[in-house]
Amino acid sequence: MDLLVPHTGTIIWMTIAFSISFFILAKFAWKPILGFLKSRENSIKNALRSAEEAKEEMSKLKADNEQIIAEAKKERDLIIKEARDLKDSIINEAKNKATEEATRILEAAKENIKSEKLMAFNEIKTQVALVSVKIAEKLLQEKLSEGSEQKELIEKLLRQVKLN
Amino acid sequence: MVILSCTIMQQKQFNLKILILVVFIIHGFVFNLSANEIQNTKASEHKKKAEKESFKPGDFIFEHIEDSHDWPIFTVGEKHINIPLPVIIYSKEKGLNIFMSSKFQHGHDEYKGFRLETEGENKGLIVEVLQDGSTILPFDISITKNIASLFIGIALLLWIFLSIAKAYKNNPNKAPKGIQSAFEPIIIFIRDEVAKSSIGEKKHEKFMPFLLTVFFFIWINNMLGLIPFFPGGANLTGNIAVTLVLALFTFLITTINGNKNYWKHIFNTPGVPTFLKLPIPLMPVIEFIGILTKPFVLMVRLFANITAGHIIGLGFLSLIFIFGQMNVFLGYGVSVLSVAFVIFMTFLELLVAFIQAYVFTFLSALYIGMAVEEHH
Repeated sequence: MDLLVPHTGTIIWMTIAFSISFFILAKFAWKPILGFLKSRENSIKNALRSAEEAKEEMSKLKADNEQIIAEAKKERDLIIKEARDLKDSIINEAKNKATEEATRILEAAKENIKSEKLMAFNEIKTQVALVSVKIAEKLLQEKLSEGSEQKELIEKLLRQVKLN
Repeated sequence: MVILSCTIMQQKQFNLKILILVVFIIHGFVFNLSANEIQNTKASEHKKKAEKESFKPGDFIFEHIEDSHDWPIFTVGEKHINIPLPVIIYSKEKGLNIFMSSKFQHGHDEYKGFRLETEGENKGLIVEVLQDGSTILPFDISITKNIASLFIGIALLLWIFLSIAKAYKNNPNKAPKGIQSAFEPIIIFIRDEVAKSSIGEKKHEKFMPFLLTVFFFIWINNMLGLIPFFPGGANLTGNIAVTLVLALFTFLITTINGNKNYWKHIFNTPGVPTFLKLPIPLMPVIEFIGILTKPFVLMVRLFANITAGHIIGLGFLSLIFIFGQMNVFLGYGVSVLSVAFVIFMTFLELLVAFIQAYVFTFLSALYIGMAVEEHH
């Protein structure tokens, strides 16, 4: 058999055998193998992509959380400040009110003292009058004890009363 | 990486080509020598007997790398232990004949008017003996050693890849294991580095089955050829008929899938001065020859590389017997060196087995890529 001359029988067998094996392999081996390789690659690709997306989502969420926390802190500070202001204003108001009241009470006391003083003066006046009357009585009694003159005076007075 | 491996490959191929040339020259020398000797000894019966006993490396090597009608296992003295293979022959006179090659008794006997030639022009072929004693070649579609090896290779190919496909079916979207994980990187390599890079992302899928089949067919049969005994040892991918069919498939696929742009490039190459196309169609003729040389080169490259590998290995082994004929102890001494070289060559050939499968697939992909390339 010559090395460089292709033998017809070999060509025929080779063509038949190679064609059949090619079709069998193409249909039952390469198609499923390549299909599965592709689908696996796709699933890996998808998994990687979704992981990346989840990571992004996480970082976004984290940023959101930080923002929320920052806002909450801000609000808390605001509330505290407002409360402090309110406290201050309440204290101030109370102070003012107390001062006012105190002034008012003082005024009233002064008024009272004034009227009391007046009343006391009046009382003193009355007492002084009574004492003066009593002194006058005593003086009169002393004068009347000297007889006829007193009888005369009494009579005179009685007369005046009767006349009235 | 691909470029690097390409240059290494080219260098290697170059080396191999030198080697095959040298071996061919040696073979021619030895063969002519022995042919002359045969002519000289034809006269003398005594001398012929002596000639028969002497070791002829050319015959030894070519007996191994050529196809044959039985599968030799070993030879003890004059006794050949062979696996007989079926002979299928059709002749105009005798019609279809199917029988085992053992009926010939290694060329000693005639059977049903057919004879296995042991020397001369048709050495190793089955000839039909006509009534006047002359011989003609009948139509021979026997299961020869190479065809049997082809069936073994294809059985192996189908078994490996159908079981891998089953593994993928049973285990979808999971990590590969066992034989599946051994071949998956190679399949992906063919897909990404060969098909996608040469044909393109969009169109490569259509040609993947062919490329994968060709690659694994060549690779597995190359490696089967490196096994020195049954079921290996046949020089299948170093058979010109086999590489011819493989190259023909590439040629057919390229030609059938060639688009308008491809044919335009051949018959009206753009960017070439008009005087090269008209009135003498120089460029179209060159381009058209190019269509035919591409598969021809594919055919010859695979054939030459694999045959050269077999020849070199057998050549080293022949040295043992050549020196052994001079002196038995010289033969023993040389055997150490020869076996070392054969081991080295076998490892080299394992690499060549892969590289040649890769080169054939890569060039096929490249040619297909040229045929389906869109105009830019």
